[in-house]
Amino acid sequence: MDLLNALLVIILVLNLFALGTSRILSVIRIVAAQGVLLGALPLLLYESIGLPEALAAAVGILIKGLLIPTIMTRALRDVVIKKEVQPIIGLLPSIILGALGTGFALIFANRLDMAPFQGGTLIVPAAFATIFVGFIILTTRVKALSQAVGYLVLENGIFIFGLLLVDAMPLVVEMGVLLDLFVGIFVIAIMVKHINRAFSSTDTSQLVALKE
Amino acid sequence: MAFLMIFVPIAIAGLAAIFPSNRLRPLFLPVAALAHLCMTVLVLARPDLKATSAWLVLDPAASLVLLVVSVLFLFCSIYAIGYLRYRQERSNRVFVACLCGFLGIMSLVAWSHHLGLMWVAIEGTTLVTAPLIYFNNNKRSIEATWKYLLVGSVGIALALLGTFFLAYSSLQQGLGATLQFEDLLSNAGLLSKPWLRASFILLLVGYGTKMGLAPMHTWKPDAYGEAPGVIGAVFAGGVTSCAFLAFLRVWQICNAAGEAFFTSRILLVMGLFSMAVAGLFMIGQRDFKRMLAYSSVEHMGILVLGLGIGGPALFGTMLHVVTNGMTKGVLFLSAGNIHRAFSSKNTDQVRGALRRLPVSGALFLLGFLAITGSPPFGPFVSEFAILNGAFTAGRYVAAGLFLFFLLLVFIGMGKTVLKVVQGRPPAEVGIEAVAPNATAAGGSGAVAASSAPAAKPYRDGFLTVAPILALALIVLALGIWIPAPLGDLVRNAAAFVENRP
Repeated sequence: MDLLNALLVIILVLNLFALGTSRILSVIRIVAAQGVLLGALPLLLYESIGLPEALAAAVGILIKGLLIPTIMTRALRDVVIKKEVQPIIGLLPSIILGALGTGFALIFANRLDMAPFQGGTLIVPAAFATIFVGFIILTTRVKALSQAVGYLVLENGIFIFGLLLVDAMPLVVEMGVLLDLFVGIFVIAIMVKHINRAFSSTDTSQLVALKE
Repeated sequence: MAFLMIFVPIAIAGLAAIFPSNRLRPLFLPVAALAHLCMTVLVLARPDLKATSAWLVLDPAASLVLLVVSVLFLFCSIYAIGYLRYRQERSNRVFVACLCGFLGIMSLVAWSHHLGLMWVAIEGTTLVTAPLIYFNNNKRSIEATWKYLLVGSVGIALALLGTFFLAYSSLQQGLGATLQFEDLLSNAGLLSKPWLRASFILLLVGYGTKMGLAPMHTWKPDAYGEAPGVIGAVFAGGVTSCAFLAFLRVWQICNAAGEAFFTSRILLVMGLFSMAVAGLFMIGQRDFKRMLAYSSVEHMGILVLGLGIGGPALFGTMLHVVTNGMTKGVLFLSAGNIHRAFSSKNTDQVRGALRRLPVSGALFLLGFLAITGSPPFGPFVSEFAILNGAFTAGRYVAAGLFLFFLLLVFIGMGKTVLKVVQGRPPAEVGIEAVAPNATAAGGSGAVAASSAPAAKPYRDGFLTVAPILALALIVLALGIWIPAPLGDLVRNAAAFVENRP
């Protein structure tokens, strides 16, 4: 339990780092590190670890820690941008907002009805805080790739909540979720390239032609 | 059987992806559609085929959705051959493969009785349909695809969280975490109430985004407006019906848990709000494809409203899934033809469709009359049944607002539709004058203009008219007489979602 909580705290700290960094490559790496940690976490929770569980964890780490970051860094290289220039909320205010959200998640999670054996862990507050940070990144960044990173963080948060259910989620479904995530990022990366080619920029603030 | 229905279309998609000829590739579409429809009819006729495994079961509600989407897809696939002939200069590899793939994944949505698996399938439909919106390959379609991908993915991510909450509501009560639909339904009364309610809200937001309920509908006008008409039809009749089916599951579980009061209040508000938003945005709408998107928002609102009314309105609601799907096919396919003939989808340029395209124009007008609930078409019957249900259930305020919003939509939509079909068509500017400065026209939504300057002006052909005509006949037939097997199917579906044995 202590190890689990320690790792979850690291994930929470990584959230704040992701909020405070303007270099997109660094953010991608931070989220990749988060992905590796998240891939390994289920191993602490299984009652017994057999080949399927180990395989699932390996696939998770491979997709979240290696494949997705690779796709995203390649897309980043193709569109030749380095920084998130003008986030709608500045970097410092967004860190403060993220920290406040994390604190609030900790208080809020204490008031929830939890199953008795899970009361002591940080799983639920960490999940809510990470989802919140994902939403901050999604809504305040304007580069298409930053928004994709925000989506990844959001998905990581949901995955943390899924840790409560490790024994219930069948392997097939878990793999299906990972596959969807992978294909989703793949399609998003292709779209980023198209946006760059058509608009000579990946600022989604330029995508305003369609409105009433 | 489930595996066949899922993997045959996907295998055909794979074949289409490696098939070399651009001219012949669209023929894969009707092959997949016919195979799928045959399997659907077979499985509907043979109840012993309806349970493949514990996870893959075809219940009555899913049978209905499967049939609707399969029929609609067949007509769309024939239309698509005609459509892709006009887009010969562009590779249709991704288009055909994704469309066939959608059919397979849609089957998985219908069959799955494991809510986790169903989520995977719904997200799969998002991913496989995104490249379809992008087919026209211009700035506006990129923007639409990006919004669809991002809004859709985030919405669906929330649905995953809701699915987890649902499993946790069972775990928290010491029942063991499960996402098996039957388990959750039979233990519904024991589930933890706060977690169940939270999961209901999240799944409503998540799958509601996919259905396009207001206020999560923002991607819809953009996507439907920029996607080819045939894709609009597949979206408005197929993708939304699948999302509705997914939402039905959690609604059923909540009702079985005795939360009907909680859910019906939310759904009534949500449904009426969607209708109101759709009605308001339709007034003064100059882009007739965006107008159709708002019509889809409205009809998703009607479906949710029907659920909110509950009991007596459920027959009408399930029937509305059928009539809405078929009518949306008529509207989007004929709108696609008009768009092509005028190289514009703005009512400032598009006038006199009845003169230039007598058949498509007439079908568009007919589709409008049908979808707004005029007799003697199918949607009239289903909307009337919902209204009747509302009065039977004593929901007079909801019924009154329902009628008011229907009227609002009729006026708003009617104004735009009449502008499109009436009057004298502008001289053939659509082709000669616009084609040379295609880039300028691209800004005003002229998609066909970007094709080769030598393109012949579009005229109605057999392949692009016959499917619409067939769909229109079905819509008309449904309004006059519902065949007994279909009636049974709808009745069974309504009884099933009401948790009656």
